[in-house]
Order: sequence, then C-alpha cells, then structure tokens
Amino acid sequence: MTPLTHVSSLAAVLREDYVDTDVIFPARFLLLMDREGLGQYLFRDRRYDGNTLRSPPFILDRPPFDAAQILITGTGFGCGSSREQAPWALHDHGIRVLIASGFGDIFRNNCVKTGILPIEMAPEVVSRLMTFAEEGVRFFVNLETRELKTGEFCLPISAPQSEIDALLKGQDETTEILERFGENIEVFENAHRAAQPWLFRNTD
Amino acid sequence: MPKPESAPRTLYDKLWESHVVSDLGDGRALVYVDRQLLHEVSTPIAFSRIDAAGRSLRRSETCLAVPDHAVPTTDRDKPIANTLARAQVARLEENARRHGVAFLPLSDPRQGIVHVIAPEQGFTLPGTTLVCGDSHTSTHGAFGALAFGIGASECAIAMTTQCLVQKRSKTMRIWLPLLPNDVTAKDVALAIIARIGANGAAGHAVELAGPGVIALSMEARMTLCNMVIEMGARMGLIAPDEVTFTYLADRPMVPKGALWQKAVEYWQSLSSDEGSHFDAEYEFDTENLVPHVTWGTSPEDAVPITGAVPVPAQATGSAQRDRWAAACAYMGLAPGMRMTDISVDRVFIGSCTNGRIEDLRLAAGILKDRKIADTTRLIVVPGSGHVKARAEAEGLADVFRAAGAEWRDAGCSLCVAMNGDQLAPDERCASTSNRNFEGRQGPGGRTHLVSPATAAATAIRGHLADPRKLEQPA
Repeated sequence: MTPLTHVSSLAAVLREDYVDTDVIFPARFLLLMDREGLGQYLFRDRRYDGNTLRSPPFILDRPPFDAAQILITGTGFGCGSSREQAPWALHDHGIRVLIASGFGDIFRNNCVKTGILPIEMAPEVVSRLMTFAEEGVRFFVNLETRELKTGEFCLPISAPQSEIDALLKGQDETTEILERFGENIEVFENAHRAAQPWLFRNTD
Repeated sequence: MPKPESAPRTLYDKLWESHVVSDLGDGRALVYVDRQLLHEVSTPIAFSRIDAAGRSLRRSETCLAVPDHAVPTTDRDKPIANTLARAQVARLEENARRHGVAFLPLSDPRQGIVHVIAPEQGFTLPGTTLVCGDSHTSTHGAFGALAFGIGASECAIAMTTQCLVQKRSKTMRIWLPLLPNDVTAKDVALAIIARIGANGAAGHAVELAGPGVIALSMEARMTLCNMVIEMGARMGLIAPDEVTFTYLADRPMVPKGALWQKAVEYWQSLSSDEGSHFDAEYEFDTENLVPHVTWGTSPEDAVPITGAVPVPAQATGSAQRDRWAAACAYMGLAPGMRMTDISVDRVFIGSCTNGRIEDLRLAAGILKDRKIADTTRLIVVPGSGHVKARAEAEGLADVFRAAGAEWRDAGCSLCVAMNGDQLAPDERCASTSNRNFEGRQGPGGRTHLVSPATAAATAIRGHLADPRKLEQPA
C-alpha cells in the first residue's frame, strides 16, 4: 500500500445518506478476480445506462469534480456488504479521502487497508463542507498534522491515531503482526488450547 | 478458562477478553481468530496476496471453504455456464486444496450458504471468534460466538496470522418480550431496524435478550443476528442455552464425549452477568407487533404490512425527506400508497436470512393446497443441500412445486444476484433476503423485504399480502 500523507484537491459531493456498497460497486462485477482497474465499475449503475454515460452525468463524471480526490457524503456511507472492491474501486478512480457523518464499520476498515482516509464529522459540519465543495473551494488534508483546511477553516481530523499511522506508513499489516506479535500469538495459542481444547485438533 | 472477575461483564466483554492476544491501546487489540469461513467471492485476492508473499496458513484446519455466491441453482449436474463464475469457483477449490483447507464442492450434500452450512456442520461453536469475508457473518452470533464480517485484506491477515487488529465495540442490548404467534423473527428484525435506523447500531455489538429471544429456535435466532448488520452493527449476540446445545449436539464438527461435556460447561458461563453495563439499551414492545415489509431502498424503510408508504410530512428532516423521495422514485411508488396495494412480479424465498428448514416449513404451511398468482413467479432456494434434502423428505418441495413454485439447488441466488438469478429492470420482488438496496437483485430491480410467511401469502395474492389474513383454501 502506498503511504498517504496529504491530499490537495477539489471535493465531489454526493448529498445522500446510506449509500451502500452495492451502489458503490454492483455485485455482478464481483465475479472479476482482479484488484486493479475497478474504477470503471465504481457507481456503475449511477454513472451509466448500459454502456452510455448518463445525462446529466454523475458527480464523479462532471468536470472539474471528475478529478476530485475527496468525496463528501451523508451518513452510513459504505453500509451493507463487506466487499473490499468498493474501496478498491474508489481508490482506482482516484479517491483518497472520504468525509461523511457516518460510515459502515466494515467498509471503514477496508478503506484504511486500501489507502483511503475515512473522516467522520458531525452532520452540520459535513453540510457546511458540502457547500464549500460545491462552490469549488479547494480542500487540503494533511495526515501528518491531522488537519483539514478549506477556505478560512482549519478542522482537526478526528480519525483514530492507529488509522492515521497505518495510512502514513502504508505498511503491510501481516508483516507487522508477525514481526511484533509472533511470540504473543504462540503464548496465547498455548493458553487457549489448554482452556478450550475442543477448538484444537487432537493431532495438534 | 478466563478467571471470574468482580465487575459484571457482558457476553461481549467475555468473548472479547478471552481472545485478546495483545492490547494495543486506543481501544484496540490484536484478537485471536478461532474459525474462518471462505467463499469464492471474497477470497481470490486474499489467497493471491498470501501466495505472492510466499506465506502459508497458520492453522488451515480452522478454515472451511464452500462456494455459494456465484453458484447456479439449476442444472447442477453440468459445468457452470457463466465462465467467470466457473473460474471463481474453480479458484476457490484450487486455493483450498493447495493450502490444505477443507472444501465442500457443489456436488456435496453439505454445500450451501456459508452461514447456513457452518452451523449445520457444527463448525460454528459458542465462545469462539468466527470471521468470514461476508457481512452476514453476524448470523453465527446466535450461538454466542463473536462473529463478524471482514474484507478481503483481513481474510488474508486472519488466514496467515490467525489474528486481526480490532477495535473494541460498544455494547447494545435489545430486550424482547414474548412475540405474538403470527409474527416471525424477520418481522421483529425489520421493526427493530425501522426504529434504530440503518446506521443506528454502528460501532456496537448488539446482544439480543429477553423472553422473546429465549423462546426462539436456533433458526429464528440466526435470522435475528443475521439482520443486525442492517442496523449498522457488525455483531449480533445471543447467550447460548439448552436450545443451542440441543441444536449442536452430535453435529459432525462439534467436540465429542468428555470434551463435549467440558465445552458445554464453559459455554454455560457465556451470558451477560446480572447488572452488566451496556452503552445503549432498547426494550421493544412486541405485543402489538404485526408482520413488517419494506417499501424503500434501505432496510430501515420497514412498515407494518397494514401500513402505507410514508408521506413526506412524516420525515424527521430534509435529508430523510430527500432520501424518501429518491427511494419512492426508484421503487416506482407514491407516498401514501397502501403496502397491500403493491403488486409484485417475483417472490424469492431463501438466503442466509430465511433459507433454513423452519423458514421453508413456514412458507410451505401457507402454500399447501394453494396456487401462486398467475402474474407471479416464485423461486424457493434452500440454504443448503441438507435443507434441500430435508425439505424434500418432509414433502415441502412437493408443496412448493404443486403451488407453482420453482424448487432450486442451494446458494445465495437472488439475494446477491451474482449467479444469473436476477430481476429485470423495474421488476418487483418480495424477498426473504436481507437487503433492498438499489440494484441489489439486479440493475433497476425493486426489492421488498419480507418474512417467509409474508412471501408465501404475497405469492398467492400477487401483491404484498398479510399472511394472517388469507382465507382457508377451498
């Protein structure tokens, strides 16, 4: 995963609550076994009628917002299915930061694993940011200082430090777990086997 | 076994604390994973990453692989017609074989939806952590397991390290008094979601408790826990009891003999202590509960079958009013329209929510000696090969066929619409599945979530119908 340190971009606005992962990445494309190039299926049925772009175009197809790296939306963004293709498609399209008044729990985790920063803010703040964004005001997100700047505003980013660190480092989590906690896992496993032996095969 | 502590602990606390490998601060911990279910859709990339890094599975015997999402529900004796689906199912089998994971092929009578077959096989056990790259993994919480859906990256991490970094959830308890006889767990789930909201339980582990829960079968408990994800919670929990132990006893993968006794003894300690603290608590009045059905594109858009599509004045604010307007437009409905005036083209009975034997018995009980409407097409998709065989042995399949329904093989089918079973644009379906999202059952398709009883009544009438109000068959 490429480290994510800062983003300077316009922000696209999707004024909608509960945009689920089926809408973000329709299930029929889950048959593909690739992780790359999924941006073409992002919001597919909102953006296309068959193979034709809808008119008027969806916000992410409308210049200058087609190049936005930030998407601002309502509450419950990414609720529903655990498909990681949803953040993969957002990332492939160029989205690096999501701002919403609430996220689906699994989706939120998947975003961080994909290199996308989910920022949760109060609905009234999100609503003001949406107005700025629609006016074409530029946003600057700095993960190192944990600040979001737009116009004259500077807001703290309230994401957990662990998520920020993971994004800044872009490190492979498996390597980190095995290197930092290899021994702990073994110790736990032995105690766990003693406490609940039925969870382990006799041959173990 | 965890030592008893002085402060009362919730069921969630007990499950969490007994799986912490290392406390990471900031409310997070490295948590041990006891069991992982693998299906064809969320694992190809996970295995690719494991292979690319030259890693292996830490305890491959804790995994069970089965294809369910992309599998056809007809013509199972032939190769899968869709080449992408065929390749995906083949990839799962190949990955499972290469990494020493037990795999149930389509030809195996144990094959079916992950969340139906794991309990059937006794793979799901109380007191365990169980994960799967599927949001409805919450289903297994019905056994008092800490079970939750994860993404593909986490699938790979759990397979290789047997651990996941997790944030400790807040806790919510939903207390249910006894339910009326003619109301199902699905109706309760929809009513709860309508009240709490589709994101209302985000960040929470939801424990379902009370006389109304204790009185439920394992099948109904699974339906309840299955649906907690639709209120934003990753986990549902029900304390294991005699109903749980009776269900599990003698299943193929449960401990046997002395180990079984020892396990049950431990499992009996898995309930929330008297006086334990929950971050949120709800008590539902179930006395006047009636069957529920959704009208819109979020599971929270549920109303009594005796009700109507809400009018804008009922909305709590402009955001909800706008969402309702968009949902009405998508669903082709007008505010104020009575639910029972809505005609449907299709009815689907199945899924990890309502594809178990009890669900099929309920639907067949209503369809017996009746015919479905000429304008309606009903497909019944058992949740597993075992459910299918049992339904056939009990004569339920004959009832479905005689009523005019199509009787299929096991899989996710029209719940996720990846296998060729899907709605045409603007087609309207009463579905016992879990999601009425835009396009969920096919681009432009319109979904109304219902219980198996309401689905059966709807298939007979050709419009959304109250199962309590059907005339006796002639």
